[in-house]
Amino acid sequence: MDLNYSHEETEFRDEVRAWLGESLPRDLRDKVINYQALGKDDLLRWHRILAKKGWVAPDWPAEWGGTGWTAVQRYIFEEECGYAGCPPLVPFGLQMCAPVLLRFGTEAQKQRFLPRIYQGEDFWCQGYSEPGSGSDLASLKTRAVRQGDHYVVTGQKIWTTQAHFADWIFCLVRTDASRDKRQEGISFLLIDMRSPGITVRPIILMDGGHDVNEVFFDDVKVPVENLVHEEHKGWTVAKYLLGYERMGTGRVGQSKRELATLKELAARQLKDGKPLIEDPRFRDRLTRVEVELMALEITNLRFLDRLRGGRPPGAEASLLKIKGTEIQQAIGELMMQAAGPFAQAFRPVDNMDFDHFTARLAARYCNMRKVTIYAGSNEIQRNIIAKATLGL
Amino acid sequence: MNFELSQEQQLLADSLKRFATNDYGFDARSKIVASPRGWSAEVWAALAEMGLLGLPFPAEHDGFGGTAVDVMIVMEAIGEALIVEPYLATVGLGGQFVTRGGSPAQQKRLLPAIAQGQCRMAFAHIEPGARYDLAQVGLRARREGDGFVLDGDKRVVLHGAAADVLVVSARTAGQSTDSHGVSLFLVDKTAPGLTVKEYRTIDELRAADISFSGVAVPRDALVGLEGAGLPLIEEVVDYATALLCAEAVGAIRFANDTTLEYLKTRRQFGVPIGTFQVLQHRMVDMVISYEQARSMAYLACVKVDTAGAAERRRVVSAAKVKVADACRHVSQESVQLHGGMGMSEELKVSHTFRRLTMIGQTFGDAEHHLERFAASGGQALTS
Repeated sequence: MDLNYSHEETEFRDEVRAWLGESLPRDLRDKVINYQALGKDDLLRWHRILAKKGWVAPDWPAEWGGTGWTAVQRYIFEEECGYAGCPPLVPFGLQMCAPVLLRFGTEAQKQRFLPRIYQGEDFWCQGYSEPGSGSDLASLKTRAVRQGDHYVVTGQKIWTTQAHFADWIFCLVRTDASRDKRQEGISFLLIDMRSPGITVRPIILMDGGHDVNEVFFDDVKVPVENLVHEEHKGWTVAKYLLGYERMGTGRVGQSKRELATLKELAARQLKDGKPLIEDPRFRDRLTRVEVELMALEITNLRFLDRLRGGRPPGAEASLLKIKGTEIQQAIGELMMQAAGPFAQAFRPVDNMDFDHFTARLAARYCNMRKVTIYAGSNEIQRNIIAKATLGL
Repeated sequence: MNFELSQEQQLLADSLKRFATNDYGFDARSKIVASPRGWSAEVWAALAEMGLLGLPFPAEHDGFGGTAVDVMIVMEAIGEALIVEPYLATVGLGGQFVTRGGSPAQQKRLLPAIAQGQCRMAFAHIEPGARYDLAQVGLRARREGDGFVLDGDKRVVLHGAAADVLVVSARTAGQSTDSHGVSLFLVDKTAPGLTVKEYRTIDELRAADISFSGVAVPRDALVGLEGAGLPLIEEVVDYATALLCAEAVGAIRFANDTTLEYLKTRRQFGVPIGTFQVLQHRMVDMVISYEQARSMAYLACVKVDTAGAAERRRVVSAAKVKVADACRHVSQESVQLHGGMGMSEELKVSHTFRRLTMIGQTFGDAEHHLERFAASGGQALTS
């Protein structure tokens, strides 16, 4: 048993860290660490910097631009990016559509889409959830009817993150409603967001931000060549994608950075004339989160070690998601509480002097409610563990 | 980075599993607990035979030079089977004082005897009012002739009556809360002036209150330098705390396994109660607590051997926070999910509950270690 990184892994970490130090634009980093909204240009700018370096899709096969890194190296890379304050990579193309195409796509589909995903030329979004289909994904109703060389798609998707930026959407649609089993008769389609009949309507969340949307499909024509895998077999694709969890899902690096920020913030705030961080009640809460994060880091590394033999991640990813998101929320909550009454200030009305960082904290707290809901709510993750690991 | 056990460690784990299954089942354990002494000489001999009693000691003293990770494997098995023999007191505490701070002569006298199963030890340290503060030592040792004379009281000395030799902390200088002036002595339990009042603990171990009234010890009973015992106490207690975390992991594993089994077999409303989602989610949270506690126990056992004092302190305290929380969470839930049966003396889980509860507040509870962790600067692990 040896919990230290090997010499090679340490060298790799240093290389990544040094490169990030030189290559992460200061203004982008500032936006990330100050919780400012990132626009499409911000996201793509960082994507393209990584693409140019050859590091944007580490886990792809080498022939398509993958780096051939080990699971540990990929973890180190993600952790360093999180810690440095890099903008997130939008996962829908790189980490969701691409693995599906690599596994199920035709050669023509791979040639057509993968290089553009890699270079950040196409911005993707994910058409899974519907108004009546959240955790119960297989109940989805959006229909696709085959008419000659096309499918005609009608229906609605919801909670579609960054649909307002997207060039493409991958969608689960029902191609056969007559099957007894709901999981059968679903297909996986790639749809051009510029197709006539698509309407994107923003959903403004309680933090005032615009991340998610409703997407309406009104007789949208989709060429048959955009079907991935066989018709009616889309559930196989969906399951593969849901199982394709990244081990970086615990976001250890990001949480470490935020914890450091929280400590600085709590050191600046005064309570009874002393730094808040010295208040035993506040410090106990902060310290418990810190210990949880340490445990998560080791748990993450332990699971990573198990994957070394090439075994795909199972319910482990669910555990990391549950703990990782709980920790992210706890840090966000403590940050808001550290700001005390100042957390109420949100947006300046005039061009007055204004503490923009503190003003983001309550909005951030509101926004962070999402992490235990998205990507399979934490309750769904518990169902997965109960079934897959415990046999209940 | 590598979390796997070596081949030797795996063999050790396997042989412990065999021993626990064949010789330390719940019935066998119940008999031992009910016996007058509360521990078994046969089991102790078996532990010696398996090489476990000398595991961490140097090879020249009949030991195997084992790391804390090696001993961790033993402690997990002890936790799982609820082994009550004074292993931690002897190998994790007493023997460590001798190994780390003892003179060559002390080592030669005690370590082979421990390894061969002929000597048990205990650490007499806790005093009224000290709570978890290791520096608070009021028991006096004054010089007399060529030796020292000890006067004072020690409380809750774990396995104090089973021990042949005690390591006793005593004040040779300063006030009872000073960090300097604490010395350590090896005292035979049969020394004149020493009174042992033994009792059972709630988790079915034995402990004792021990008073020292004019107990004379020779000069060579001193372990390490006079007045400079506190750093050694901290080091050894950190080592034992890391091992205790491993014991907790074994006990938590049992609690989870047996609770899961119960959820699958106990039927109500015509179905196994494990089909109820409200219970499934609680079981999952118990598993998460286990995995997180296990990670921290690993970290503590790896670092306690290799880290400098500051990092050792930080990591051990972080581990104890997490493990103490997990002990409380899992023990309470395992009883709750068993319903009334979980409270019955008949079921092992109620015994595991008690052990986990006491582990939670041995060598410092979660609050104590939160404070200590925060004071030692918090996190900075792989970055």
